[in-house]
Amino acid sequence: MEKGVLVDLTRCIGCRGCQVACKEWNERDVRKTTFKGDFTNPVKLSSDCYTNIQFVETEKKGKVGWSFIKNQCLHCKEPACAAACPVGALTKTAQGAVSYQFDKCIGCRYCMVACPFDIPKYEWESVSPWVQKCTFCAERIEDGLLPACIKTCPTETMLFDDYDKIVAEAKKRLAKEPGKYVKHIYGLEEAGGTNWLYISDIPFEELGFKKGIPSVSLPDYTWSVLSSIPAKVTGFVALLSAVAYFRGRGSQEEGSE
Amino acid sequence: MSAQENKQAVVSGGAWLAVLLVAAMIAAALYRFSNGLGAVTNLSDEVPWGLWIGVDVLAGVALAAGGFTIAGAVYIFNMKKYKPVARAAVLTAFAGYVVVSIGILFDIGKPMTLWHPLVMWQPHSIMFEVVVCVVLYTTVLALEFAGPFLEGTGSALAKTFTSRKVMVPLSIAAITLSFLHQSSLGALFLLMPSKLNHLWWTTMLPYNFFVSAIAAGLAMVSFEYVIASSVFKHECDMDILRGLAKGTAIALLVYFLLRVGDIMIKGNMGLIFADGAGKLFMLEMALVLIPMIMLFLASSSAQSAGAIFVPQMLVLVGIVLNRLDILFLVQLKDGASYSPSFVELIITLGLISAIVVAYRAAAIKLPIASPVRADN
Ligand code: SF4
Ligand code: SF4
Repeated sequence: MEKGVLVDLTRCIGCRGCQVACKEWNERDVRKTTFKGDFTNPVKLSSDCYTNIQFVETEKKGKVGWSFIKNQCLHCKEPACAAACPVGALTKTAQGAVSYQFDKCIGCRYCMVACPFDIPKYEWESVSPWVQKCTFCAERIEDGLLPACIKTCPTETMLFDDYDKIVAEAKKRLAKEPGKYVKHIYGLEEAGGTNWLYISDIPFEELGFKKGIPSVSLPDYTWSVLSSIPAKVTGFVALLSAVAYFRGRGSQEEGSE
Repeated sequence: MSAQENKQAVVSGGAWLAVLLVAAMIAAALYRFSNGLGAVTNLSDEVPWGLWIGVDVLAGVALAAGGFTIAGAVYIFNMKKYKPVARAAVLTAFAGYVVVSIGILFDIGKPMTLWHPLVMWQPHSIMFEVVVCVVLYTTVLALEFAGPFLEGTGSALAKTFTSRKVMVPLSIAAITLSFLHQSSLGALFLLMPSKLNHLWWTTMLPYNFFVSAIAAGLAMVSFEYVIASSVFKHECDMDILRGLAKGTAIALLVYFLLRVGDIMIKGNMGLIFADGAGKLFMLEMALVLIPMIMLFLASSSAQSAGAIFVPQMLVLVGIVLNRLDILFLVQLKDGASYSPSFVELIITLGLISAIVVAYRAAAIKLPIASPVRADN
């Protein structure tokens, strides 16, 4: 059964328990960070940081406040990263996770460039680097456990369930409190849909969510090129052979002169 | 075979600089393999693709397009006039693709796994298709180049390898494979409609790449022909140069109409005045239109190689700019920055020098260039 997560940004208190749980479960190294005038820490995702809470100062009805955004891979329904990968190292599992097979990856980094949300990161400090990103705790899900970040969250910011139930719940919350939430479920349509959905009381653009991501499956663009190859090859070979035949009629076998 | 009284040393004068750069590149490559990508390049999570992908791969493949274009003209369209430059074009393409392959080897994070795409098929990936086409096309180029090579060694097989019954099918394969991977390099960016400015992003990207590659390939052949003539001191055949000028100009015209027409139809003209990217776009278009007009004029009347050499060089600059624009527009946002490291620069310069050295050696040792018309 395909799983999904609903992140209700109005519930997050910025405790960063999820960050710690993720680091621990996935055995990611700790890196020294420095204060950058922003409470977000670490400032960016990296090969050692699959998820972080981004602190954004916001203004709502004249009152200044904070919003806390949980960043990680959104586990796209039609992942651009997986369509990019030349060796099939990235795949969408039946449960909805986009998984990475270390032993296949050649390190071309096309997945990093292709991801509309800039999620995959690289082990730049390694001589033989791998790509790293949130795994949706695929093994935990398979064993019937919650993803580590969700398990640890004290405020139930994240709801984990079957994808359809998640979508229904998101719509329900929006309908129930239209004054509280902005009318948008981020991830319902972006990039053809993602298994992680967000609802918020502040417009998503103000929170730094990526804009302008079309509501279509991105791999469709490349597949339309790839699927027409047999026809193009046939056409080219037929046409060129005909031209070569007619244009070459008068000329003798000429050797190399 | 008239060109072969060449008594020049394989390495002399300026070629020494190229040899030196190749040596530096080998040292840099060893350093890169033992220390890893992150340690020797300025690449980052924000900019994972840099100089090597931009110049060695994207620009390199476009500039090597002369190989299939000229071979196609000579063997498919039977335009015998271009036979004297056909071998040089194939040689450049062959050298170009070897360099592209080496560039990829340096660039991928795990060079020891370069063979993976050949056994781990992923037909839904454009990158996979590019790899397969490049491997197949490099093989085709090697076969096309077998003729001059065998002639150079005096082998009896030479006659077979230069005959029409071998060259025609090879040329058909060359054009088909080139169409596929030249256009697919553009299709790589189709996955990124939200990241690439829509003055560049369009579902026409594959065709834009293919047509501009033809212009670039023809420009490169002209460029080399003029340079080789001056280095090896034979006269340029102006008829060939004017023909190439006309071909380049037509390809540029088609390219210009495709790009601007598409932007107009999609109602994106406003983007030209929106920001800095718009200025880059105008620069690109200037580097299409100016050489195009110069080449059209030169194609009917030019008496000196210079009148064609200069606009052809502008074409090369324009196409390389186009490839780099796309690559970096996709990545350089939110304050991300990138400039190539010393090792990145040395390796790219070394690879370019390697082509020069290999080309020079082949031109001296093998029957490549013919100073006079070889038509029968
Ligand atoms: S968010 Fe990026 S990395 Fe995650 S599945 Fe989508 S394309 Fe892949
Ligand atoms: S870097 Fe690895 S996972 Fe990413 S596209 Fe390349 S081979 Fe696939």
